[in-house]
Amino acid sequence: MTEPVADAEQSDQAHLSKQTHTELRELAARYPQSRSALLPMLHLVQSAQGYVTTEGIEVCADVLGLTAAEVASVATFYTMYKRRPVGDYHVGVCTNTLCAIMGGDAIFDRLKDHLDVGNDETTPDGKVTLEHVECNAACDYAPVVMVNWEFFDNQTPESAVELVEALRSGTQVRATRGARVCTWREAERVLAGFPDGRANEGPAAGPASLAGLKLARERGWEAPNGNGVPTRRPRTAVEAAEQADTHRAESETKVDESDAETKGGPDA
Amino acid sequence: MPDPLTPVMSAHWDADRAWTLRAYERAGGYDALPKALRMQPGAVIDLVKESGLRGRGGAGFPTGMKWGFIPQDNPKPKYLVVNADESEPGTCKDIPLMLANPHALVEGVIIGSYAIGANTAFIYVRGEVLHVVRRLQHAVEEAYQAGHLGKNIKGSGYDLDIIVHAGAGAYICGEETALLDSLEGRRGQPRLRPPFPAVAGLYACPTVVNNVESIASVPYIVSRGVDWFESMGTEKSKGVTLYSLSGHVTNPGQYEAPLGITLAELLDLAGGVRAGHRLKFWTPGGSSTPLLTAEHLDVPLDYEGVAEAGSMLGTKALQIFDETTCVVRAVLRWTEFYKHESCGKCTPCREGTWWLVQTLQRLENGEGSEADLDLLLDLCDNIVGRSFCALGDGAAAPITSSIEFFRQEYLDHLSNGGCPFDPELSTLFAAAGASA
Repeated sequence: MTEPVADAEQSDQAHLSKQTHTELRELAARYPQSRSALLPMLHLVQSAQGYVTTEGIEVCADVLGLTAAEVASVATFYTMYKRRPVGDYHVGVCTNTLCAIMGGDAIFDRLKDHLDVGNDETTPDGKVTLEHVECNAACDYAPVVMVNWEFFDNQTPESAVELVEALRSGTQVRATRGARVCTWREAERVLAGFPDGRANEGPAAGPASLAGLKLARERGWEAPNGNGVPTRRPRTAVEAAEQADTHRAESETKVDESDAETKGGPDA
Repeated sequence: MPDPLTPVMSAHWDADRAWTLRAYERAGGYDALPKALRMQPGAVIDLVKESGLRGRGGAGFPTGMKWGFIPQDNPKPKYLVVNADESEPGTCKDIPLMLANPHALVEGVIIGSYAIGANTAFIYVRGEVLHVVRRLQHAVEEAYQAGHLGKNIKGSGYDLDIIVHAGAGAYICGEETALLDSLEGRRGQPRLRPPFPAVAGLYACPTVVNNVESIASVPYIVSRGVDWFESMGTEKSKGVTLYSLSGHVTNPGQYEAPLGITLAELLDLAGGVRAGHRLKFWTPGGSSTPLLTAEHLDVPLDYEGVAEAGSMLGTKALQIFDETTCVVRAVLRWTEFYKHESCGKCTPCREGTWWLVQTLQRLENGEGSEADLDLLLDLCDNIVGRSFCALGDGAAAPITSSIEFFRQEYLDHLSNGGCPFDPELSTLFAAAGASA
């Protein structure tokens, strides 16, 4: 975790904009003690410049009244902060035990081979950075691939190759449980604390998340409620229809950018 | 007797746009908040104490008791921090909960913060789950709009702000004191205890750190009552919880059930181990809980039952591995994870995990000797209880338990000159190919 600070600065790297400076100060002001904003600020630097630059470290230090060494020691501790430019799409293959055994190792090998890059390396066109990642809390959808930290569930080596090809060709890709995939820099901006308005895209839950609920519904099982009567659920056809109507009316009144379509993989 | 499955927190995950305020309210959400705000804060703590709710993040510490430890005569600000850094290998319950039902968490945070007298609360969510971060940001924004957050909530005179804070990739930040250091903008390294966070936590102020599922349980307890909660579960492990089945099981996923269900029962509900295969080993609560085998199928999955069987309930992350899986490969991979995630603060863990990986690699490659098993156990003995935090103990758990149950398999690697298993057979696509 503590690799030396590589000087990967590129001569054509644009300086942090005035707006970014303002937003960094805005983040610092959100917390009871400004230093708490350091992790979000480093996410914002990555969003602005594509990785944690030396300039970014110095500006964060300046805003928070820290030394550059103090900021660098934090930046080098966390896996998500990169000291080299990251591609438009960060493709993370889970190779922790469960995903590895379910096929994550095979997926990672295939992608390395297909993209001709090693771990934590970027394709020459700057599109895809490949990295093996640790457990991403989606084990019931193993093997899992993350693109810019969005879930792509139940992958195979073939589907993963299709996925990266779609990303490289510029096809709009949707996460299995998530939104239309944005760029890595755009994702970093959300993580910094600046919402992108895509929260309403994608499903509430995937099939595995609903496995127990579905079974309970089929068998008429439910939690007791506080009064010893069944919990709120449509008990009659009329009630069910009423609820369905309300659902429909509500969804029609809201603009859903996702077209309510939530299939994983490249758009048709 | 309650039904075998009792969806509560997951009961409306299949509703249209379940993550929205409207959907949550339609399912009875935000009924608990006005009720709690009419109570004295101390009475809310008592209610949660009486319910018997215990921490769902692994340690199982009684939630209400944790709240009660906050010294109310301390003039410093108090803080509630939600540990949403779900990263324990195998654990996958808080993420779907926050994706589909973020408002249960938000309502729980408001009630918990009110109970302990906090005016600022944080949701520290791991950074590697972009859409969860979006849903949390959205839910908090909706709650502000509805007047559930901000100044003078519902005319009660109580003020609360919630800050959604994304981490940056470090398993150790799931450890509560490391999380606090991280939230203060530092390297996420654990702190010496005492002082405990209840006395000197965030900014050295009284702080409660609770798991997502623990906090999300609170609104249901407040609105439906202690008797309701107690009507599910076992004597010392009350209530309902999310069990997560993954791996070689026909229908992996989330199964919300009363505490005390067995793996045999859960497997039955989930369609059994994948077709044509049998159970070899499993984790009851993530990789840091000692492995169990088919002889433990009928262990009640509550805090006491799993402890009696020599493991821990942990996060109820049931990772199922069938006979195609090489236990040495599985354990080596977990050990590489612990080595990577060791924060480096204490020597037993930093150096020990390094040695464990080297020794295990030798064994997996069929090199080394039987004495390496004793070396592994000796290393574990020097890590467990001697490390700064529980990461070291967790690293040893799969090793010691796998040697206990599968010693011969380690030796087979030596006699075979390498791993005798075909990794292809364990994959999801191998199963798909076989049934096609």
